[in-house]
Amino acid sequence: MIEKALKGTRNYWAWIASLLALIAVGITAYNRQRWFGLTVTGMGRDISWGLYIAQFTFLVGVAASAVMVVLPYYLHNQKVFSKTVIIGEFMAVSATLMCLLFILADMGRPDRVLNVLLYPSPHSMVFWDVMVLNGYFIINLVSGWTVLGAERRGIPPPAWVKPIIYLSIPWAVSIHTVTAFLYAGLPGRHLWLTAVLAPRFLASAFAAGTSLLILVTLIIKKVSGFDTGKEAREKLAVIVTYAGLINIFMIGTEFFTAFYSNVPSHKHSLQYLFFGLEGHYNLVPFMWFSLILGLGSLAVLLVPGLKTSPKWLAAACAGLVVSIWIDKGVGLILGGFIPSPLDEIVDYFPTLTEVSVTVGIWAIGMLVLTLLLKVAVAVKTQE
Amino acid sequence: MNKERRDFIRKTGLGVLAGICASSGLIQAFALEETVLPAWDEKPVPGKIRWGMLIDTRKCRQDCKECVAMCHHVHNVPDFGNRKDEVKWIWKSSYEHVFPTSTQQFRTKEVLERPYLALCNHCAESPCTRACPTEATFKRWDGIVSMDYHRCIGCRFCMAACPYGSRSFNWRDPREGIKEASVDYPTRMTGVVEKCNFCSDRLVKGLMPACVESCPEKALTFGDLNDPRSDIRALLESNNTMQRKPELGTKPSVFYII
Repeated sequence: MIEKALKGTRNYWAWIASLLALIAVGITAYNRQRWFGLTVTGMGRDISWGLYIAQFTFLVGVAASAVMVVLPYYLHNQKVFSKTVIIGEFMAVSATLMCLLFILADMGRPDRVLNVLLYPSPHSMVFWDVMVLNGYFIINLVSGWTVLGAERRGIPPPAWVKPIIYLSIPWAVSIHTVTAFLYAGLPGRHLWLTAVLAPRFLASAFAAGTSLLILVTLIIKKVSGFDTGKEAREKLAVIVTYAGLINIFMIGTEFFTAFYSNVPSHKHSLQYLFFGLEGHYNLVPFMWFSLILGLGSLAVLLVPGLKTSPKWLAAACAGLVVSIWIDKGVGLILGGFIPSPLDEIVDYFPTLTEVSVTVGIWAIGMLVLTLLLKVAVAVKTQE
Repeated sequence: MNKERRDFIRKTGLGVLAGICASSGLIQAFALEETVLPAWDEKPVPGKIRWGMLIDTRKCRQDCKECVAMCHHVHNVPDFGNRKDEVKWIWKSSYEHVFPTSTQQFRTKEVLERPYLALCNHCAESPCTRACPTEATFKRWDGIVSMDYHRCIGCRFCMAACPYGSRSFNWRDPREGIKEASVDYPTRMTGVVEKCNFCSDRLVKGLMPACVESCPEKALTFGDLNDPRSDIRALLESNNTMQRKPELGTKPSVFYII
């Protein structure tokens, strides 16, 4: 089936070539990082996680959002999603792959990564995260590929794949819950030490991830002519709207608890992110941009009729993706480290090397997604 | 199978087994290299000892850095002269930074301006060892939170988990930052986390921790918190003391007299 990815137009190959070029840039930068150590990044003793872990957190959400098409299609028999399901599953595959690569890129000793399996430590949330992420990767690749293979031969999918698909539904929830537990169980990091973190992660995931799925279906329609259906996109947009509103609501509850209780350690990170603290205003414009963009995008989706126009829909979805990427990918991770355990404020700026590695990993993810979707579209359109 | 053959196989097998045991050091008498692991073969009852430290901050001098210098020298802690790559096991800070959640109002100027030592608290309920995915950081039988630099994968989870900022990561090759190398403790490699080990390397030789020994004012007392007759317990009972962020329930083993 994979041979279908080897036939394409000039534009297709140009796209592949540019992704390969970006991957080469990323590998070169990663080489530098391996040679000199993580000192080439903007991270340091006080802010010990940065861009890599932020991307990881955001992408777990993208991966988990596949459940928003798998669940209605397989459990509620919503036939409208018949063409979208495979795209959601393959997006989950490539997003999970990027998650694993970002963890690897962040490690000081990636050569020892197998120690996680050699010395399994159930008391550590990292152990569970590695388990569920690898499991989710395999589940989605196997179920997506098998169903697609059966479709190509014009036969019903084998019976054994059904339980795996059902398993992927709670599994999607688990990957983002465990990822939230990475942060939500640490004493002394008050921005993270909140029971609402896991639910908020799920809400923002279903908003941003599903938005990205809508955007991908629009791009596929544009470049290949394969349309997953306007109705499917509109239904997804409804999911995006509710998930986005719940996410905003939960941000609000965080503010209430921190500021009404007036406990300084609960307020500090939010103050730093949204208003600036002790003369440090680095992230303030980003956070307000994120909040206003998020609210604006939701407003577009809420106005009746606007989301039926592909242009408005694409704009609102892109807005939400960017908004949540900033909120979850930048604000949440950095905000957790500021102020430091010794109540000091240190600013963080990613370096060129760090950004290049990040771009390289995104390019790997997009390459894998392109190849998988090329196969999927070829099978669906019976080329 | 005849008896001779069976005997031959048995003897060869025993020989091979003995060879493996001897070379791996399982049979002490035949070991190629003697394995001396006091922490292993003389392992006391768990929970019997809990090493702790008491810092009398009234005695700590503003201009003195002996404890930091000796600790960092003995343990080959690098110094790169910048905050981002910084590695530190023990350092001097201010009241508001070491005790950010403790009372700040109406403290005397002298108390607020006094230097305060910060180091790993060797918590009885350590969040770092819980977060570590490989047991590279672990709790020893004597209460010391220890590090296995050869197992650490450099994920820095322990750094995020530590509410005291006591852990450092080797962002770059630490050997470049060591001016005068010490032979008492191994250097580390790029990409692993390290921190104060309560001088487990010196305790095993019967020595006091480097910071305790080097303090000219004798401001530091080290001892077994579980031994009611120890000096540290006597001082804890006769003084009003503080721990860092006790509200987190980590039960630090480092105490302060303010």
